[in-house]
Amino acid sequence: MSDPQANPAPPTKITVRDLTMTYGAFVVMRDLNFEIVEKDIFVIMGPSGCGKSTLLRHLIGLQEPTKGTILYGDEDFTATDPSERTGFIRRFGVMYQTGALWSSLTLAENIALPLEEYSKLTPKAIRDLVSYKLSLVGLSGYEDYYPAQISGGMNKRAGIARAMALDPEILFLDEPGAGLDPLSSRRLDDLILSLRDSLGSTVVIVTHELASIFAIANNSIFLDTATRTQGATGNPVELRDHSENPAVRLFLRRGEDSELATSNLS
Amino acid sequence: MPSKATTPACAIWTQTGGRLLLDLSGDWLSGGSIPEIRGKTPDQAPTRYSTENLGEFDSTLPAFILAHLRSLEKPMGGDAGEQPKPSLEGLPPNLLGLMELALAVPEESDARAKPAKPSEIRKLGKRSLAVWASILSVAEFTGQSMLALGRFFIGRARFRSQDFWVTLQDCGAAALPIVTLINFLIGSILAFVGNVQLASFGASLYVADLVAIAMVREMGVVMTAIIMSGRTGAAFAAHLGSMNANQEIDALRTFGFNPFDFLVLPRLLALVLMMPILTLYANLVGILGGMLVGAAVGIPPLLYWNETLAALSLTTASLGVIKSFFFGAIIATSGCLQGMRSGNSSAAVGQATTRAVVASITAVIVLDSGFAAIFTVLDI
Repeated sequence: MSDPQANPAPPTKITVRDLTMTYGAFVVMRDLNFEIVEKDIFVIMGPSGCGKSTLLRHLIGLQEPTKGTILYGDEDFTATDPSERTGFIRRFGVMYQTGALWSSLTLAENIALPLEEYSKLTPKAIRDLVSYKLSLVGLSGYEDYYPAQISGGMNKRAGIARAMALDPEILFLDEPGAGLDPLSSRRLDDLILSLRDSLGSTVVIVTHELASIFAIANNSIFLDTATRTQGATGNPVELRDHSENPAVRLFLRRGEDSELATSNLS
Repeated sequence: MPSKATTPACAIWTQTGGRLLLDLSGDWLSGGSIPEIRGKTPDQAPTRYSTENLGEFDSTLPAFILAHLRSLEKPMGGDAGEQPKPSLEGLPPNLLGLMELALAVPEESDARAKPAKPSEIRKLGKRSLAVWASILSVAEFTGQSMLALGRFFIGRARFRSQDFWVTLQDCGAAALPIVTLINFLIGSILAFVGNVQLASFGASLYVADLVAIAMVREMGVVMTAIIMSGRTGAAFAAHLGSMNANQEIDALRTFGFNPFDFLVLPRLLALVLMMPILTLYANLVGILGGMLVGAAVGIPPLLYWNETLAALSLTTASLGVIKSFFFGAIIATSGCLQGMRSGNSSAAVGQATTRAVVASITAVIVLDSGFAAIFTVLDI
């Protein structure tokens, strides 16, 4: 891990200002403000149904904010017309909750498809690149398998390999640990850490798995269901120990907050 | 039934002074007798339970107690949490544990209140808005598909050519057996029915004219369209619907692929190309079916064939084929539309498939009657 004091402040990758998200008349979250800097492993956390995945969908342009702006670097993502976002799209890769690999294509074809679209590589070079990406996530040799033929954990890892196909600066992972056994979940955490360290990627993760959060995240935002806005931002370990917001402490301590547990249970 | 002897379940309420005793006895089992309740059910929680004669019990007993305690909670309404915890004194330890667990969180009054009956006017309004929204979504989808088609013709649409060829095979060659069977039978049915009427005028030969014109103008194309709605339109809806449920369409979007170009376009093109070919084939098979029946009632095949050719003009023969382009476009569009708009559960995919088939068959028939009116006015 790099010491933040040693070098000048790393550049900001994503800035979110006054973001308000709604479904029709229903306000999911309002007035979110946070920044994600380079090489962050940034966790979006909060109770189930608080709008974590919705926030992710806004960040990657699948939903448009009701109010507020999202900047990638200095460029305004929200002000750009969705059809002209190709420039942004090449900068991030997304792994969806279930992997969301295209089921009619093999793993190799899944990873090759964006490469065929956005690069001028020869078919041989693409094949090599695909094998390399698959071996990064521990799936070498599975090139010709279809998503339905491999396990859920493997689907997620293949999903990460596809998200990394275009060497994005930012990786978005939607609940990478959900539904995995503890060992696979741990391996996935290690994978995320080593990808960040070796490729220098910025990683944004939606999760509510505390073990994962404390193991890998260095920055986070907590979405509070009660107030419908952000409960806290910062390093999750510090938030657990020192957050002013009782809901954040309670969440990060699995409800075992000595001062609050009794009063909040009823 | 030879089962272990059980004693009937019984609950007795006894009021003694300010104390209310609930005496539970017998075996409270879901397979056993209906519990007998003695004494008037009071509107307060029991202060003590007596369970000396209680035998075995399953969930029926805690459910009975909880139902009584919950019925007392209700009138208090909003300010839950203020209510005193009811006494559970006298319950055996395992039952006590279950009751404490069940009572730990007070009933969410909002959760029950929500599905309140909306007024009829509100329902009517909601339904009208839904109809309007679906009209808008059909219009938007059709527009998007047309734009994608435009991009295809100027060479800017991107999709995997393999997808197109696979779909082409699936809605072409793979559909031949069912198209053959149905249209052959339709042709022979027409011949049978026609022959019964025409033979009484001694005009059996005109069976050939009847079958030829009916098949080529209407039956060939309509039957093929209906088959393709049920076969291919449903497959499009189910495939795109499950892709949607599995976030595969989102994944396309985040890689900058336009789902219309990528998914709708190859399907639309494939079906629009294959429908006319299938229709021509269906017409031919139908005429063959008629010929077979004709041979059976004594019309020599050569004579039947010559009569068929004489009955058909190029205009008549092309009518069905022209319609088939439109039918192909409608079936593909409604299949893809329902698939892309499907919700993200397995039940939603089923509903999307149903809607796709119903909508495309309806649209095919409605459009066909429109065509019939136009052709009549134009006198062709």
